Amino acid sequence: MSSKIYAAEECFEKASRSVFKFNMFLDDVIIEPIAKGYNNLPKPIKVGTGNFTRNISTLLTIPASLLQGNFNQFAHSTGSILVNSTVGILGFLNPAEKMGLKSSKEDFGQTLGSYGLGTGCYFVLPILGPTTVRDSIGLVVDSYLDPFAHITIREKELLSISGNNLDYYSVKGATAVDFRSNNIKNFDSLEKNSLDLYSSFKSVYLQDRSNKIKNSPDDQDDWGNLEN
Amino acid sequence: MKRLKVFLTSIFLIINSPLFAYSSDPKEFVQELVTDAIEKLSDKNLTKDEKSKFVEKVAIENVDIKALGLYTLGELRKSSNESDLIRYQMAFEKYFLKSLTSRLTDYSSNRFEVVDSEKKSATYTIVKSIINPKDGSPEIKIDWRVYTKNPEKPLIRDLIVEGLSLARTQKEEFASILGSNDNDIRVLISKLNEFVNN
Repeated sequence: MSSKIYAAEECFEKASRSVFKFNMFLDDVIIEPIAKGYNNLPKPIKVGTGNFTRNISTLLTIPASLLQGNFNQFAHSTGSILVNSTVGILGFLNPAEKMGLKSSKEDFGQTLGSYGLGTGCYFVLPILGPTTVRDSIGLVVDSYLDPFAHITIREKELLSISGNNLDYYSVKGATAVDFRSNNIKNFDSLEKNSLDLYSSFKSVYLQDRSNKIKNSPDDQDDWGNLEN
Repeated sequence: MKRLKVFLTSIFLIINSPLFAYSSDPKEFVQELVTDAIEKLSDKNLTKDEKSKFVEKVAIENVDIKALGLYTLGELRKSSNESDLIRYQMAFEKYFLKSLTSRLTDYSSNRFEVVDSEKKSATYTIVKSIINPKDGSPEIKIDWRVYTKNPEKPLIRDLIVEGLSLARTQKEEFASILGSNDNDIRVLISKLNEFVNN
């Protein structure tokens, strides 16, 4: 894959840089301190919370896998949800993994990517962070496609289960804190060693999305014939 | 007793001289190098300065810093004049060594294990490894892109952390700086020097 695919054009760089600064400020004063506190919790609580939020994220993987025609992933995700939500006590444990069921995280943005749709231009959303035109469309569709969003923010019932806005935003908040706490060192290291942090985050975001669409890391072979 | 002292001194000098090299097998090379680095960086008897000097020595001998510098410069390496390129390479090396020391120090308290390797071509092998943080965070997958054009002297060209290439990230960061400064390599050199001096 050429590096041009990663280097998405900016939609409105100046505004995005301002939003990025705002997000970094929010991270400094709210998310990072919470994530550091969360890291001090006993390991079983941290692992359980991580399992719980990942199990709920897997709900979106089920319809996304179907739309991608990836039936193997569909079977693994469905099996994982069923096992972890029951035997795994509402997803706090992860027995599915021990049974060889691998649940990956898929969404509609990745589905569009798997259809061959390009990223479109890149921008940064307040609070939600880096995105592209394709992924932001995906984000809107996800709120209709995701069974968890359906029973919470859409206030519908599914298999006699329902919730509310608070449930949805609490789980999303916990997911963000869990992710941030697992990446304290990575964020710090990137922040300390970047000449332009905005561009580093952009590169990391675009590489990550590309890998997720292909379901494998890039082979990174764009070194040409550089000799030492 | 005198002979023993001479023998021990000789061993010490050999181990600390550039003649002491890591294995030429990419997998063993990475395992030996990282084990050595973790051991040194977590040694409480060494000062910060001694640790930095160790990292610099190991990096200069085992990382393809010159090729990495040219890669991260992108297409500009073809159109820049020689004197700018030399100044850029010097600034990049200092920048790279400083950031590498910082990164290695950040991760030195973790457990490291090489799990596999895959020969991609005659000149490249990817060595797969995992880091298990002691704080209970999920394990981190790190792939090492090892350049093996000289099979006797493998060189590291890139670290791919959870599928994210550090070299590519660096390249795109530099491209952004150059893009907003009329592709002026001197601006990039000055930013690299600024980082080193801060």
